[in-house]
Amino acid sequence: MSTSNGNGPKDSPRPKGPNENDPTQRGEESLPVPQGDPGEVIDVRRGMFGARNGGDTSGYGGLVRTVRLPGATPRPYGGPRGGAAYGPFDEVADELEGALEEQGLDPDQVIERTVVDRGELTFHIAREQLPTVARTLRDDPALRFELCTGVSGVHYPGDKGRELHAVYHLRSITHNRLIRMEVSAPDADPHVPSIVDIYPTNDWHERETYDFFGLIFDGHPALTRIIMPDDWQGFPQRKDYPLGGIPVEYKGAQIPAPDQRRSYT
Amino acid sequence: MSSTTHAPAGIRETTEGTVYDVTGGDWDELAAHAAKSDDERIIVNMGPQHPSTHGVLRLILEIDGETVTEARCGIGYLHTGIEKNLEYRTWTQGTTFVTRMDYLTPFFNETAYCLAVERMLGIEDEVPDRANVIRVLLMELNRLSSHLVAIATGGMELGATTVMIFGFRDRELILDLYELITGLRMNHAYIRPGGLSQDIPPGTVDALREFLKKMRKNLPEYDALATGNPVFKARLQDIGYLDLAGCMALGATGPILRSAGLPHDLRKAQPYCGYETYDFEVPTVDTCDSYGRFLVRLEEMRQSLRIIEQCVDRLEPGPVMVADKKIAWPAQLALGPDGLGNSLDHIKNIMGTSMEALIHHFKLVTEGFRVPPGETYAAVESPKGELGVHAVSDGGTRPYRVHFRDPSFTNLQSMAAMCEGGQVADVIVAVASIDPVMGGVDR
Repeated sequence: MSTSNGNGPKDSPRPKGPNENDPTQRGEESLPVPQGDPGEVIDVRRGMFGARNGGDTSGYGGLVRTVRLPGATPRPYGGPRGGAAYGPFDEVADELEGALEEQGLDPDQVIERTVVDRGELTFHIAREQLPTVARTLRDDPALRFELCTGVSGVHYPGDKGRELHAVYHLRSITHNRLIRMEVSAPDADPHVPSIVDIYPTNDWHERETYDFFGLIFDGHPALTRIIMPDDWQGFPQRKDYPLGGIPVEYKGAQIPAPDQRRSYT
Repeated sequence: MSSTTHAPAGIRETTEGTVYDVTGGDWDELAAHAAKSDDERIIVNMGPQHPSTHGVLRLILEIDGETVTEARCGIGYLHTGIEKNLEYRTWTQGTTFVTRMDYLTPFFNETAYCLAVERMLGIEDEVPDRANVIRVLLMELNRLSSHLVAIATGGMELGATTVMIFGFRDRELILDLYELITGLRMNHAYIRPGGLSQDIPPGTVDALREFLKKMRKNLPEYDALATGNPVFKARLQDIGYLDLAGCMALGATGPILRSAGLPHDLRKAQPYCGYETYDFEVPTVDTCDSYGRFLVRLEEMRQSLRIIEQCVDRLEPGPVMVADKKIAWPAQLALGPDGLGNSLDHIKNIMGTSMEALIHHFKLVTEGFRVPPGETYAAVESPKGELGVHAVSDGGTRPYRVHFRDPSFTNLQSMAAMCEGGQVADVIVAVASIDPVMGGVDR
């Protein structure tokens, strides 16, 4: 321990604890705050090259980077081709909010956040309301998202309380639109309601996401592993699950396993 | 305990010696019980190593006589963890992995992935025209080769080996073109974020024109051989029935959806790579069965030939990679004595002349480029349906998460709906009409 810390120059800023001497905290106060939602912080990265415990002698050891996903977008949302004017995305949002109000729901409670990024519209939905929203999106004639392209899981271990995300892409063939629904669940309570009874195509997709991320889809008719063997331990696509691999020799040099190689993030 | 209540196995003394027979024990009761019921329900495990199940697909069929009462799929035998592996490589290296997913549609996997990366980078509109034309050209060649395999293997599973021979004969012509253009028959990694790994070699246009001439002659042979063939029709018509409502509910896309009469094609609905500028039609039939899917595939091949013809006419000289030197590979690849690699001129430049160029090359190749944080979904119309890529970046040089919505995976779910209540022999036809490729299903 002490040897690895002693490698760097004496005066290099090397934060020892996670909250001590954090340059970003200081830096952000002096910078102009961007308008609107600064975004969802999913991680705070320290150092470089994947080195931990002070083994990095490159001088990058003090680097701190806050990783943010795009935050909530103010109205108007525009459309897939950008633009700040009222567009197709506003139509979808208006219709969805109207339809939710008709059902006696408060859209602000159901839709946690609406994000427009790179010409794509994302509704972050409160997870208990997911089936209601999905049914509304499918059945409302003005929305009519008849094709669900399945669910994709994402694991953000640094996003405390919202570690597991389930991402749904819905396509409307009638109106030729594509939107994204995103729900999150904490690692401690990895439950999301199933929408198999609304979109039967999600049967295998939810099993796959359960298989790889351990997200439990409540109400799924038979939530079992689908790709991995039935007796597999752990959920392979979580970030804390190692990739595995062994070093190999190539042209006389030892090449480390992929997850042991230098990383720049 | 049972040895006292039941007679032990019979022992007889004969002139040949002692003979033991296997009656007795508890099995007499079981055998008598089984003989009493005339229930012919059995569970058949077909695959994962069965010649007619398209690779390592395992079908679990509950059969009553010749009727399939329940059908389920067992998948996962070809899982290779590609999505997980991508998280440990640079964005550019990702193409090498995704091309191996659905190994019959490598260019669609690569294009879908690259479109996602390009949208994340915001360089969608900067991809040069020539790169887009070559992408469309390769994708349509790939649609041909994929449909040829679908028809060929489907024919083989029926015992129509001539269809198989024809299909693989014509696919070979396309694989030769792949080899000419990319250097490989499969696993190309030719389409890269920002453009292509290299330009098409000289002589490609001539080879393409030659191929078009041959294919125009060969394609009607499938019509002559199969379309009106009463045996072929008897095996395929009304088999694997899935109507439009079933397709929508099960998320089936591609030829399955178009065989139910809905002309949904992402090339028309949400064009990418300039598909809106090409002249082609989306064929549909309304038979909802395997025969309809065969007809749709056949017509799509004709349309693909039309698109390829237009691509060949449009090939104008120009760059095949975005101009941004922070994304584009520093040099075109060149063929050396030990295979394809960095061109010797480039090596000479970075090793002997310009240290900055060397640093740039080293940084871009080993570290890669950074992609701003966020997520995106890019979809292309693969021969099997909607191939979607959900990519997430955390601002680093590696993907944070890439998920492939492979059409084979989704379409295979409809197997139960197509097969239950039908005959055992028709399961093969129905599965062949779905055209699942297990490399894409299991990833």
